[in-house]
Parts: sequence; structure tokens; C-alpha cells
Amino acid sequence: MNPFNFNTKLDQTLLLGVRANTVAELMASVKSAPDSSIYFHTHRFLNQHQYLSPEPPNDFAYWVSNVLGDDVLGERLWSVDIVRFSSIHELRQTLTAILESYLAAAPRKIECQEGEEFHFMASRTFVLPTRYSARDLKEFAEALGKVSIHSIYFHVFDAKLRLKHDENDFSRWFRSLGKTELAEASRRLDPYSHTLDGLRHDLIALVKKYDSH
Amino acid sequence: MIRIEDYIPIVGEATVEELRLLAERLRGKTIRNINSTAVGGGVAEILSRMIPQLDQLGVKAGWDVIKGDEKFYAITKKFHNGLHGVPVKIDAAEYDHFLEVNRYNAGQFKFSDIVFVHDPQPVALIEKRGAIGKNWVWRCHIDFSRPDPEIWSFLKQFIDRYDSAVFSAPAFSQRLTIPQVLIAPSIDPLSDKNKELDEKTIDEVFSRFGIDRSRPVVTQISRFDYLKDPLGVIQAYKLAKANVDMQLVLAGGGATDDPEGPMIMEQVKAEADKDPDIFVLFLPPASDIEINALQRGSTVILQKSLKEGFGLTVSEALWKGKPTIAGAVGGIPLQIAHKYSGILTRSIEGTAQWIKQLVSAPEYARRLGLNGKEHVRNNFLMTRHLKDYLLLFVSLFHKGDIVSL
Repeated sequence: MNPFNFNTKLDQTLLLGVRANTVAELMASVKSAPDSSIYFHTHRFLNQHQYLSPEPPNDFAYWVSNVLGDDVLGERLWSVDIVRFSSIHELRQTLTAILESYLAAAPRKIECQEGEEFHFMASRTFVLPTRYSARDLKEFAEALGKVSIHSIYFHVFDAKLRLKHDENDFSRWFRSLGKTELAEASRRLDPYSHTLDGLRHDLIALVKKYDSH
Repeated sequence: MIRIEDYIPIVGEATVEELRLLAERLRGKTIRNINSTAVGGGVAEILSRMIPQLDQLGVKAGWDVIKGDEKFYAITKKFHNGLHGVPVKIDAAEYDHFLEVNRYNAGQFKFSDIVFVHDPQPVALIEKRGAIGKNWVWRCHIDFSRPDPEIWSFLKQFIDRYDSAVFSAPAFSQRLTIPQVLIAPSIDPLSDKNKELDEKTIDEVFSRFGIDRSRPVVTQISRFDYLKDPLGVIQAYKLAKANVDMQLVLAGGGATDDPEGPMIMEQVKAEADKDPDIFVLFLPPASDIEINALQRGSTVILQKSLKEGFGLTVSEALWKGKPTIAGAVGGIPLQIAHKYSGILTRSIEGTAQWIKQLVSAPEYARRLGLNGKEHVRNNFLMTRHLKDYLLLFVSLFHKGDIVSL
């Protein structure tokens, strides 16, 4: 049986030099931005605000609601359920469809105040091995309590959506141990509705529960 | 001297461990920082804090300063003003002199693996890239949101020859042919301005200035400058005070380049003379403990700027767990997510309304402050800045969106 080796990741933020003043400009750039930019703007809040209630879901929704003051479009973008997507391509299509249907129905053009433009950015991710590994569920729960939140972030979010592993790394490993129920339970957790420390807490509780089975 | 381990109680062991892991990837590499001044100014302050920490992590980082004559610095001052949107005229002889000084300096440096050039003054050293270093990064520390087109076009020819450019805020990014990296500035939680203070010290500072800590205190720490809107702050305070008891503290340095500065200062003083609950404090440069105490002892902190570079005073206030109301300008929206980690406003009336709300709803204000502090812990402390610099250096040796190290 292969041990689970915990990696961690560190992100570099790239500036793309592209900005939007209106919903139409936002849509044009959502269509053309690299995948790493769509990923950045739909996951930045999770990464930067992991102590908060997980309310702010993505930069697009936040900007449309708080800067353009359009709560209707903001809520539609807010409600895009990222956990359902298995690729950035699908996520981009959904965001574009919402923006397109809004623009087709709304002839008014709201322009943001100077200085409050939407700036497109992107993530470059560097993955590093940590000194933590686990050979069984007991060791796994212990290590999960010690690794940084960036490690949890990497194995849960990056693994599924950017590395296209179909499911998060933890569930895959549980499955390889024959712990199918634990794999399914951890796969079903919606990481987007947790803070990262909340997610750590719930995962440890799940592992402990199934370890005693 | 501050040790890297001293940050562990603040940011956790895992964060410092990650710095060490990254630093290991730079073993054997030499990094040369080059700027135009050894003392004074933000760049020198950052480098003097950063280099000892890099050294403790085992990263060989040096720091050199270019030498120029008075004429050179007069020209680069014009560059600086022009890049900030002040109309300036630079003639061909001045551009030539700028290049001459850069070319002279280019002959003075030993070869390094990474050359890290700060701000426009040494930008043209890149002309000698093969002789000075292998990988080149240009770090812009100034507000680049509306650069003078002629100066920008002159500088761009050099910047495009670097491997990467670094800006402090998204609004400063430009259309360039090279990758642009965002590295926000940071505060040092162990400095006098930000370290923990005991209640006795805070009480002593408040009583020295005659401010009553048993009543709400609303404070803005900043220069007395039109762009920090001290008169707008006083108006907002007056509107809020119609319903809620409070005192107002305006504290900061008096020196300013703003030609309207003296007039604004007179008006601020006149307003303060009319109201014993307004405290205008002109603090000398070495007042870090006083500023720290004033922030820690306040009920609400304001930073009602009309224009801002990055606005690090906001992070300083948030780090003290204070509910903060700030203008939605410059780098401030990076530091405050509205109603999550603080309040962003765009008017005097809006500021007044939020002052009332936060003074009257201490539990909500406390939660904003706690969230703000955690946001700063994760994003605007010295350790994050170190991580970004290490990543920047490591990134020069790799390609791709996801890199396994």
C-alpha cells in the first residue's frame, strides 16, 4: 500500500494587464483569459479569506455586486456551484452564458468608477513535498491536523479542477485503502461551503469515524 | 535582531517551514538587489528588513546602490513626478544623462544569478545584462496607474528586456511583453509600529494627549494632506456625532509636498479649536509606539483617502483587530473586503453612517476587526512578502502554470 505523501503549494499571482469597466468588457475577458485566470478569480477568496464564513464565492460576483451595484447579476454569478464542475472549461462556459444572457436582456450599460476596474489576474502554482506522510488512517488524521491550509487546499481544490484527478486526492487514497464509504463521504463534502480550517476539522472527524469502523 | 523563528507564534510553524522549503530551492544562487538609495524611503526600509531574513533562510542576497550626480537625481525626480501624473518635460539631453549614469554603474557590479532592480532609476542597467547577471527582474514600488506616456514609453523599452516585472497593486500593471507579478507590500508585526503593547503603555499615550479612553475614539493616522481628506473626516465625525458620543483623533506627520497642505492644516486646526473632542496631533518621525498605541486604543479607525498608493496604514489598523472604515481607492480594496473585513466608503455621508454603525454595534465591529486581522495575517505580513520574493526568484528557473519543485 502506498503511503499518502502530503504536498503543499504556494501561489504566485500574475497580473495580466487586462481590465474591465463594464459587464460587456468583463465577459469579453472571461472568454479569452487563460484557465489559470478563471481558476484564480473563482478561488481567490477561498485562499485569502479562509477564516471567514465562506460567503464571498468568486471575484466576478463580488465586483458586479459591490462595484457595479448590480445585485441581480451578482447573485447569478454568486450561485454558480463550483463543486459541480470538473474542468475550468465548463466553469468558464457557465460564467459566460450567465453574462451573455444578462447582456442580451439588459440594454443599460453600467460603468464602474475610475480606480475600481476589474483587473484580471492568474495563479502560478508551485508544489512542494512536506515532511508529513501517512500509512494508515490514524497517521492520516494526525498529519492532517498539522499540515498547512495550503496543503489541504492543494489536495482538495487543485487536484480536482486543475490536475483533473476526477476527485480530490484524499478520497482517491481512501479508495486505494479499500475504505470506499470514507472515500464517498469525503468526496461528497462541499469544500466550497467550508472555511479551510472548517474543512480540515470535518475531514479529521470523518477519518476518525471510519477508522473505528 | 529579529530571527525568522520569532514569526512562528504569529503565523504558525507551517508558514515558516514553507519559507525554508522554498529557500532550499535557491541554494547556490546569488541574488543582487540594486536600487538608488541606501537609507530613507520605502525601498531601503524593505530591503534592510528583508535581506537579513533571506540570509537566515540561507539565501545569498546582496544589495548594491547605484551612484549618480545631482543632475541624475533631478532627472529621476522628474520621472517620479511624471509617473504619478504631474506634468513634466524631460529633454533629450536629460534622457542621455540618465543612460550615461546607468552605463557607468553597469561596469561596477559582479555577476549574479538573479539581478533584482528596484524602481526606475537603475532600470537601464539591463543594457549590460550579459555582463551583470543571468535572470533579471524589475520591481516597481510606485503608483503606476496613470504614467506619463512619454516617460513610460522610454522606460518600457528597458522593462520589456527583463524576465519579469513586479507591481504592488493590480491597478499598476501595464501591457508588457514579459510576465507581471503582483507582490503587495507588507507590515512587520514585530516592529515598534505593530508589535503588541500592554494596556499601561496605551493608557499612558492616551492620557499624555488628553484623550478619554472611557469614551469612543475614532482615529485617522495619516499626513495632513488633501488626498487623505482630513477635512472630510471632520465633517463625517460631525455628522456621526449628532447621534453618538465620540472623540476624533487626527494624527500624523506635518510634512507634505502638497502645495495645499498648509492651508488644509490651518483649516483642520481651526475646526479642532472649535471642538474640544477633536485632537489634532502632529507627531515627529520617531513616533511609532505612539501611533501603535493610538491605533490599539481606538474604537474605530478611518483611512478616508481620496487617492492612495497601497495604503498600508489600513493593514496596520486591521492587524490591531480594529474595525476600519476606508476609502475604496488604490490598494485599499485589496486589504478590505467590504462588510467582511472592514468597510469601504466613497463619501463623507457614507463614512459618517458607518462610523455611527460601528460605534453603536460593538459586536459587529469586533467581528469585522477579527476578520481584518486574520486577512492581514494571511496576506500582508512580512512572511508573506518573503514568500513572494522567494517564489519570484524560484519562478525564474521554471515554466508552466503548475510547477512541481
